[in-house]
Amino acid sequence: MMRYNVDLNGYYGDFGGAFIPELLHANIEELRQTYLTILNDESFQKEFIQLLRDYAGRPTPLYFASRLSEKYHARIYLKREDLCHTGAHKINNTIGQILLARRLNKQKIIAETGAGQHGVATATVCALMGMHCTVYMGQLDMERQHPNVERMKLLGATVVPVTSGNRTLKDATNEAMRHWINHPKDTHYIIGSVVGPHPYPDMVARFQSVISQEMKYQLTEKEGNPYPDYVIACVGGGSNAAGCFYHYLDDEQVNLVGVEAAGKGVNTGQSAATTALGKPGILHGSKTLLMQTNDGQVIEPYSISAGLDYPGIGPLHANLHKTGRVEFIHATDDEAMKAGLELCRMEGIIPAVESAHALAALSKLSFDNDDVVVVNLSGRGDKDLETYIRWNMKQ
Amino acid sequence: METTNMQNRLDDLFKRKKHGILSVFYTAGFPYLEDTVRIAEELEQAGADMIEIGIPFSDPIADGPVIQHSNNVAIGNGITLGIIFQQVEVIRKTVQLPIVLMGYLNPVMQFGMEKFVSECSRTGVDGVILPDLPVDEYVHRYKQLFEHYAVRFSFLITPTTSEERIRLLDACSSGFIYAVAASGTTGVRGAFTSDQQVYFHRLKEMQLKNPFMVGFGISTHATFNEACRYGSGVIIGSAFIQALAENVQVSGFIHAVRPK
Repeated sequence: MMRYNVDLNGYYGDFGGAFIPELLHANIEELRQTYLTILNDESFQKEFIQLLRDYAGRPTPLYFASRLSEKYHARIYLKREDLCHTGAHKINNTIGQILLARRLNKQKIIAETGAGQHGVATATVCALMGMHCTVYMGQLDMERQHPNVERMKLLGATVVPVTSGNRTLKDATNEAMRHWINHPKDTHYIIGSVVGPHPYPDMVARFQSVISQEMKYQLTEKEGNPYPDYVIACVGGGSNAAGCFYHYLDDEQVNLVGVEAAGKGVNTGQSAATTALGKPGILHGSKTLLMQTNDGQVIEPYSISAGLDYPGIGPLHANLHKTGRVEFIHATDDEAMKAGLELCRMEGIIPAVESAHALAALSKLSFDNDDVVVVNLSGRGDKDLETYIRWNMKQ
Repeated sequence: METTNMQNRLDDLFKRKKHGILSVFYTAGFPYLEDTVRIAEELEQAGADMIEIGIPFSDPIADGPVIQHSNNVAIGNGITLGIIFQQVEVIRKTVQLPIVLMGYLNPVMQFGMEKFVSECSRTGVDGVILPDLPVDEYVHRYKQLFEHYAVRFSFLITPTTSEERIRLLDACSSGFIYAVAASGTTGVRGAFTSDQQVYFHRLKEMQLKNPFMVGFGISTHATFNEACRYGSGVIIGSAFIQALAENVQVSGFIHAVRPK
């Protein structure tokens, strides 16, 4: 049996590791040595499960989408992470990490955010726990996801605009890491995706794995079988995908599909389709697939979706791509927007533009009539109203 | 590959000079692409003891705004590792100072580590610092390569590095060890705090295998003198790069930090 989880050295096959300057060594080493003990601790688990249930609203429904099913000739379910408190799966991870931060006696929290969903989820748990919160966000993302900026401020967080690079998620992550280097003692960095140095990718994947854990028993109830034929998720850094793939990685009969953002087209130079365009490199502390020049400079990605606008993917996904365990496909801005609008009109659900990329896979894959397909609806589209309105006007 | 017993200018420097060594860091290809050579020549004329040339990277997470900016400008100017080695070849026609290349791992990884180290040796680079290369990765994959080409490799230590780990990093370093003065990104800071003095003193007492150079945050004659009380010398980066950006004369800058 192939294993896809992290090894003792923090690697997924050739990918992963902790490529960090010495300035962060003490922090990362503390996390590496303590995270499994803390996560497996009974009191931690009790608090985590209770907050997921009573605060975040878990389990999220597994909804049978009958009209979509009819159209695509399959049995299509939506895993409704969009119904989580704060509007996306991101809260699963921030609850886990803030409980961890408290056990490490950290008083302050920092985070990076792209679409703002992770920033909002972090600001939310900081308010809940009475902790100081600073969120780094690219200036471009602050413009295109303005409602989330206001939500973070309302929740008491300080939002720091990042003006370096393309002013998006990669640059926000750089700035959050610099902040952590400058404030190593009292601060915990809540990374929002399965990226960063070991143990972050594994830690975030574990917190998000509740998604596939629920899917298994929900599918058993509805289909009499925990194993769907397909699980489909969008991939930026890849946290919602990691969560809904996690408990199916060793079940090879389940086809796992990751959908990356092709932007204006994979070969237009305005894309974020890392598995199609990337090669092995090092960014934000791990070895992974990375969009970069021949000289090793990171290429600025592009996507209409701020949450997928990232030049790398988590090392777990780089390995899943290399081993072929997950099929990676991509959807353009237009394909995603069409799929998003289709969900609005056919099921009465406005999806986040990120999740709309996963929905775009439905028209790209061919199913048998009795195939059970789960699309992870990672977030809701309230934050994307402007993007939908502008796209509609262009049509 | 017949390269053992090669003379290494870093070894010579640290053998010859035990105190008050001034090493100056600047970014290759900044402010203009061809400035890499001119600055090296002027640093030697101004009396610097050692040169560190930064390999620009798009995402320098350990660097403050000044070095970030110089990296962006240099990449915009078209700098690459290939060009840096051509420039070092030109520098070596006149300049005798030890040269250290410092940068993030990714550009080096794309260039190819073996090719990188052999180019260092061929063009006359004496030492390398790659702050995001983990020590176990270095030991298992690259240490032999560096030793074979007689290129020295320095690890960083910080005020939060444990004594046990300092011993490990010292054992794995060659040439010198880089003592980061403060827990933070690169950039100009004021006078040393008492915590920093305690840290420097602790390092001095440890009697490391390698000489240690103090860097990060040092910009003035006062901090230069103070750091030299503990270590073999000082590395100045951001303050010098800021001066370059403001068209300050190289010799003027050096003499202000270390008057003749």
